[in-house]
Formats: sequence, structure tokens, C-alpha cells
Amino acid sequence: MEELSPTAFLISSSIKVFAVFSAAMLIVAYMTLLERRVSAFIQDRLGPNRVGPFGLLQPIADGLKNILKEETLPATANRTFFILGPMLSLIPALVTFAVIPFAAPLPTPWGVVDMIVADIPIGILYVLAFASLGVYGIFLGGWASNNKYAFLGAVRSSSQMVSYEVALGLSLIPVLMLAGNVTLTDIVWQQQLMGFWFVFPLSLAFILFVISAFAETNRLPFDLPEAESELVTGYHTEYSSMKFSMFFIAEYSHILMASALMATLFLGGWSIPFWNGANAYYHDGAWIQGFTAAGEPIPAQLAWWKTLLTLLAFAVKTGFFVLVFVWVRWTLPRFRYDQVMHLGWKVMLPTALGYLMLIAATILVLDQLAVEGFLFGFVLTVVSLLCTLGFVFFLDRDRIISGASVPPHRLTPSPVTRAESETLSPEMAARALGEQ
Amino acid sequence: MSETYIPVLLLFGVSVLNAVGMMVATHILNPRRSTPQKDMPYESGMIPLGDTRARFSVKFYMVAISFIIFDLEAIFLIPWAVEMRYLGWEGFIAVSIFVAVLVVGLIYEWKKGGLEWD
Repeated sequence: MEELSPTAFLISSSIKVFAVFSAAMLIVAYMTLLERRVSAFIQDRLGPNRVGPFGLLQPIADGLKNILKEETLPATANRTFFILGPMLSLIPALVTFAVIPFAAPLPTPWGVVDMIVADIPIGILYVLAFASLGVYGIFLGGWASNNKYAFLGAVRSSSQMVSYEVALGLSLIPVLMLAGNVTLTDIVWQQQLMGFWFVFPLSLAFILFVISAFAETNRLPFDLPEAESELVTGYHTEYSSMKFSMFFIAEYSHILMASALMATLFLGGWSIPFWNGANAYYHDGAWIQGFTAAGEPIPAQLAWWKTLLTLLAFAVKTGFFVLVFVWVRWTLPRFRYDQVMHLGWKVMLPTALGYLMLIAATILVLDQLAVEGFLFGFVLTVVSLLCTLGFVFFLDRDRIISGASVPPHRLTPSPVTRAESETLSPEMAARALGEQ
Repeated sequence: MSETYIPVLLLFGVSVLNAVGMMVATHILNPRRSTPQKDMPYESGMIPLGDTRARFSVKFYMVAISFIIFDLEAIFLIPWAVEMRYLGWEGFIAVSIFVAVLVVGLIYEWKKGGLEWD
């Protein structure tokens, strides 16, 4: 199994680029259908089921319709930026898929092809950089429309994305500590090597990452940029036809990307649980499956069916998070804007900072005591679990978990205080105070 | 090492082509029957009042400034995080001082009301 020749590298990369691009576009198209069908299921409706079997041709019909529809351009809009907005929003969203490893390497007669579009050394930093470029598209689109709803949506959106990006970046740092590298291939490999998914030893980082990802993708409960009840549809109010579609494709690509990232960073990427037969990593010029107790590398056994199986494992993990995105949308109500900012700056940021310092100290103490393997993961899991419990109970405070077990006498409305009674009309105040 | 970036460029090219293609396709295919009413910015059916490019809350500016500080902090922490286990306690103490300075800044901003929305 020798390395690929330059020609083979170019050909295989082109095939991978087109495969990943078309797969991303296709999945995004079907995510719209999935979202509508699951929403319908949750609300006890049927959802779109007329176009093709089970409505499977609905995304194609939608796409065709959007291309053929008339597009409007407000007379007062800034033409250049109005057209640039959707493009600037779509391009970064699609480009980020380049660094996600989606399966085990595939052996071919011309050499081993790794199943990642580009294994660039900056890895996750590339994702962060391009994902945050999406703000420009949204802001330009909203500003250029010269519409008050669109403008407010754009300002809210950029402000919110910027706020949660801090927490997102900080919640990644514990993962990088354990992985020791920023490339996603290495992050997956370390999870295979250590034998546990990072979701267990870094549970609080995972929770912070999920919350930030919801805020970054402007999904409920953070969908203030497009809060229908107040801003029509937010930054894309003035957009119609394909330009509107492009914003939508960008949003769904971000959701897909966030799901793929959660699967890769915290759920072991394409690795199959409880089976290390498919593990593979390029180490010192050879593909290896792991190390023996003496530190000798074990050569990897690559096979096409392993590539397929691992691709399936990755698809299942990513698909699960896509479902969670839809599920949460119909479960949680929308935040108020000050609550969003409060959560981002006063809760997520300090928690992420404190947590990463705590994890760093724990790892260093464990290293000093020469603790390795299972015990290392177990101690980190316990520490993280304690942090998570503290975080959840701090955030919750009588709302969801304990709220469900509140004894009936505490559910009665709180008595009106004298200060509150002064804002009421005299007879209402007398009644309220008299009842106490 | 730099040849690993070629597929990224390819994907970028495909994405740009796709975005431009969508724009051109819809531009060629769609009908255009514009009326003055249709070209008006949408404001729930009212004739738009005033200008959009008015002033807006300074809070958003505060958020942008805070973002620069704390996102830079995250970026500075990433190189340390990657090499954290090799740098050991010296690295940890150095980073603790760095984080402590920023936490003081955060507390200051918090107490000054820079994070309040009202």
C-alpha cells in the first residue's frame, strides 16, 4: 500500500470534492423535507406527502419552483450588496465540509485514499474561520434590503452569532487538550486510541458546544434573528425566489456541519463503538490500527466494507444530531433577546473558561500521578459530570427538572406584595391584599 | 504540505460556481413584472415610514468590542491547549495569569453594566 501518485491524488481529490459537495447539497435538500415531516409528526399532522412516494420529490419540486419564481428587489435597496448577501452566506457554509473525516481510509489499486476532502493541518480552525464568515452574508443581506425588519434581524443575528462564537471557541479547547492536535483526523484518532468518546470525559464541553451551535445556526430557541412574530422572517424578509433559497440552504448546511462536528469532536467521528477493527491512522509512513502494550504499531487492516460501515456509523451519528435540531425546534419556546445575551456572556463564557482551566488542572494532576488508560478517562468523566450537574442545577433553578416535582402548594401564584399592590387599581389592590 | 490545500481550493471553486450559477439561473428563468408597490420595502402592508439606516442601539457595538477581546482569548488559548500536556505546570500558570487578567476585565465590564440589556 504505497502513497498516491500526484495524478492519482488529484483525481481522487476531485472525485471526493464532487462527492462531498453533491452529498451535502442533497442532504440539505432532504433535511428540509425531514424537518417538515418531523414537525408534522410532532404536531400530529401529515406533512408534505403528495409529491412522489412519502413526499420524497418535494425538495426537487421546491427547488424548481424557487428558480422559476419572480424575484423582487426593493427600489431603495443597495443592489450590489443585495445580490452579494446570499452568495456570501452560502459559499462559506459549503466550504467548511472540506475538513470533516467521514469514513475509514479506502484501499484502492493506486494506493490508500483517506476519506476526507482535505486533511489540512489547521483542521478545526479552518471550520471556525469559515463558519464565522457567514455573518457577513447575513449582515450584508439584511442591511442592503433597506427594510426595518431585515435590518433588525441582521443586527440581532450578527450580534448573537458573535456572542456565542466565544463560548463555542472556548468549549472546543478541552477537546484540543485531550487530542493534542487541531486536525479532525487526529481528534478522531485520539478517541479511537483512548477507547472512549470525548462526550464522556468532557460532558460539560459537549453541552456548551451544543448550546453554542444552536445559537450559531440561528435555530430555536435562539431564532431571534428571524422571530416570525416580531420580525416577519428577519434578515431575509425582502428576499424571494432563489436568493431566499440560498439563505435557507446556507442555514441548513450550517446545521449539517454543526451536527457533523458534534459527531466528530465528541462521538468519535466515523469510529464504530466497541470495535477497533476499522481504526486507521497515518503514522510514520504507514497506516496503523493502534499500538501494542510495548508501544509497537499494529498495521491497519483496510477494506472497502470497513469504509462503508464507518461511513454508515458517521451518517447515523450526524443524522441523530440533525434530528435533535428539529426536535428541539418544536420543544422549546424562543428566548427574549436580553436572555440570549445574558446566557451567552454571563453564563456560557465564565462556565467555559472555568471548566477549561479545571480540566487542564485535572489532566496535569493525572499526568503527574502517571494515571493512564481507563482510570484517566474515568476521573475526567467524574469531574465533568460533577461540573455538568452543577451547571444544570445552576441554570435550572426550579424551572425544568425540579420544576416538574414542585409540590402543589408552591404552584399557587405568589402573594401580591405591598410594593406591587401600588401599581394596581385601588379596588384590585384591596382585594389582593385582603386575600392574604 | 501545501498540496493538501488543493482540494480546499477545488471545493471553494465548486461552491462559488454553484452560488453564481444559482443566481444566474434564477435571473434568466424568472419572470419580471415589477410595479411601484411591489418594489416598496415590506413593512406589513404600510407605506414605509422613515429611513432604515437610522441609528441603532449602542449595545450591539459593545458586544462587538467584547467579542474581539474574548475571541482573541480563545484563539490564544488554542496553541497552549494543543501542547498543554507537554508544557506542564509552567504553561498552566502562565495561562492562568493571562486568563485572570481577562476575567478581571470581564468582571469590570459586568459591574459597569456593559453586558446588560434593558
